[in-house]
Amino acid sequence: MSHAAAPPRPPPPPAEEHPTATGIDNRKLAIWALIGSECLFFASLISTYLVYKGKSLIGPLPHTESQCMLHGKLQTCEGVFEIPLVTFGTAVLLFSSFFVVLALYGAQRGNRKMLIGWLAGTVLSGMFFVGMQVYEFTHFYHKGMGYGTNLFSSTFFTLTGFHGSHVTVGVIWLATLLVLAVRGKIPAEKALNLELAALYWHFVDVVWIVIFPTVYLLR
Amino acid sequence: MATGVLDHAPAAPAPETTGIWGWITTVDHKRIGILYGTTAFMFFLLGGIEALIMRLQLMKPDNTLVSAATFNSLFTMHGTTMIFLGVMPLSAMFFNYFIPLQIGARDVAFPRLNAFSYWVFLLGGLFVNFSFLLNAAPNAGWFGYANLTETTYSPGLNTDFWVLGLQILGIASMAAAINFFVTVVNPRAPGMRMLRMPMFVWMSFITQILLLLAFPVITVALIFLMMDRHFGTHFFIPAGGGDPVLWQHLFWIFGHPEVYILILPAFGIVSEVLPVFSRKPLFGYTAMVFSGAFIAFLGFGVWSHHMFSTGMGPFADSFFAISTMLIAVPTGVKIFNWLGTLWGGSLQFRTPLYFAVGMVAMFIVGGLSGVMHAVPPADLQQTDSYFVVAHFHYVLFGGAIFGLTAGAYYWFPKMSGRMLDETLGKLHFWLMFIGFNVTFFPMHFLGLNGMPRRVYTYPAGLNFEFWNRIETYGALLLGASFLVFLWNLGATFRKPAHAPADPWRGATLEWLIPSPPQEFNYAEVPPVNSSTPAWDLRRAHGRPLPEPLRVSGAGIHMPRPSKWPAVTAVGVLGVIGSMLLTHAVQHWYAITLTGAAILFYGVYRWAFEPAF
Repeated sequence: MSHAAAPPRPPPPPAEEHPTATGIDNRKLAIWALIGSECLFFASLISTYLVYKGKSLIGPLPHTESQCMLHGKLQTCEGVFEIPLVTFGTAVLLFSSFFVVLALYGAQRGNRKMLIGWLAGTVLSGMFFVGMQVYEFTHFYHKGMGYGTNLFSSTFFTLTGFHGSHVTVGVIWLATLLVLAVRGKIPAEKALNLELAALYWHFVDVVWIVIFPTVYLLR
Repeated sequence: MATGVLDHAPAAPAPETTGIWGWITTVDHKRIGILYGTTAFMFFLLGGIEALIMRLQLMKPDNTLVSAATFNSLFTMHGTTMIFLGVMPLSAMFFNYFIPLQIGARDVAFPRLNAFSYWVFLLGGLFVNFSFLLNAAPNAGWFGYANLTETTYSPGLNTDFWVLGLQILGIASMAAAINFFVTVVNPRAPGMRMLRMPMFVWMSFITQILLLLAFPVITVALIFLMMDRHFGTHFFIPAGGGDPVLWQHLFWIFGHPEVYILILPAFGIVSEVLPVFSRKPLFGYTAMVFSGAFIAFLGFGVWSHHMFSTGMGPFADSFFAISTMLIAVPTGVKIFNWLGTLWGGSLQFRTPLYFAVGMVAMFIVGGLSGVMHAVPPADLQQTDSYFVVAHFHYVLFGGAIFGLTAGAYYWFPKMSGRMLDETLGKLHFWLMFIGFNVTFFPMHFLGLNGMPRRVYTYPAGLNFEFWNRIETYGALLLGASFLVFLWNLGATFRKPAHAPADPWRGATLEWLIPSPPQEFNYAEVPPVNSSTPAWDLRRAHGRPLPEPLRVSGAGIHMPRPSKWPAVTAVGVLGVIGSMLLTHAVQHWYAITLTGAAILFYGVYRWAFEPAF
């Protein structure tokens, strides 16, 4: 604790290399804390969907025929869900989790080709999923299912809409990293930047693994 | 965390950090702590004035000082302000200032995120209170029960201000919770193991976990309510099949952990103050840690005791009654450990000890009436009466505010470099202690005699007059006690700043460095071999430690100031605040998109700006 002149030293290491008490990077721990919090967020949305399941006063309904208002008159509507389309979208989203693992593997080994290729695949898969959801929402709307039509539509759009917005945030994040990767700004020692986004991305996928059977398969 | 002054080469001179711009761009946890403290204290005084107006209105029967509508706004804003803009951010002031100091860190884990939390909190607090200027202050209670809060029963912007303001404040709390969670886990000094952390850090850590797990639930509830009010859904509207009781469940799944979010930091402060002024280590350190954790864990399984009157049936009533009573066990462990700390100690009767002991005593009263509420048949008699008002003021004022005030007197010298006046401090204590009890104790009697909560007046002849008049006198005394505090603060700032580093013979690390600490906190982190490192050093030294010197700090690498957290906070306000205008302005989404653009730009500039 004195004013003694310090001998010349090499420049300080970047902040993320500071040792921490646990050895886990600060940002990684923050993402885990965020994920813990998000679990409660989606748990609340999913619980509400289940609590209100079968309580809608009017159609359309997810799986079964019902009476609903369409073009200003009451008529019989079919169940709105199109399981094959959503199953395909689910598969694409789950594969994107695999792709981002391969991208991270490439990043950690300094294999830029692998990083860029698989990261692009992840971003495209995420975009496909969001596109599928936009198509699905539009389709439902044309079948007379507005946001406030019944409890099913409100809980469904809120739950899957918030999931979709999480996917969108993930796509923007990963796309930003893709641009950086193309510019050569994600060398092996900065692979953690991708790992953080990948953690979030896996979480978003895991949430969908819960939502898909709960919402689409459970009758 | 770097441990030595010589770890790094001399860095470029620190950018200018004075003036208003310095405060806007600061990322120093101590300055942000001061910002939190001053802002929250202003809101706290505002909430206190709201309470005093209510007390004056209730002073005599059939009073006409304020209208029924104004009274609704007063109790709604009093509750909302005291919880979200008073006690929580006053606790955040201590989190900010003292978590990094007590664990021997240079700053929090994410200094810019910390600044972001403050700016979002400030804008959210101003947003909610802006409603007064439009004569549209929230008026449906701080609990916002559906379907009273639906547009049918609450038209106008009042409830929108409340819903959206709470969403904004929730973002501030979430960002802060992630930050302090990581700060406690990661940048601890070498030797500062988890079970050596000061009790304040422990209780704050548990509070962050509660925040992380409780806030998303009210976020969802508020989203549903906003959708009901603005976008045509029926989440809580029976006519559309919705169930208003769902709101109560979601609200109290958040709301009960929230009361521990309010009280645990005060528990931590008292657990710091009692050992120092008893000259004894905290009695039962490990039991204190685990009872705190157990309180938090149980806190997620008791929410429906707020809802016994909704008629949940005997099974649910029994479950929530038993789980609620169970919380008395770890709380009792804490009370006895505090008493055990005092027992046989060499008590130093200074102002912080007065407030800490006052907190223990008052919290016991509130805890006992809390156990009474846990019994459903008793609760059905007490619910919605002044008995409940008495209960939660004993735990939140008698508990949280007494604890926070103890912390204010205890840590003021460290934060400002000045000693508060002891005589005025003790006068503050006695006025507050007497005023508090005169105000709130008679509410037990009024409640049991049948006076309902939230009524703006009462007719003569119901036996309510006497105690209401006494309570108002007590409230004026309570208000006067804070005038004494303000007087003390003002007088102290006119005196020279020569507080020693360790005026109380403290046990924890923050007392080893000058008051106020230098920007980098510790030039060299001292060894930590127990939960009382400062006492260890003093014992090894054999006599009082020499006054620590201010050092140059050249070569210590501190985070750079940044304006992007404040810019991003404005974006958050734009996005959420614009929902206020969905009915009033045709192209309201233009404001949303502008806010989103600012948010997006702020986040990108922030992400690509070097932190150091």
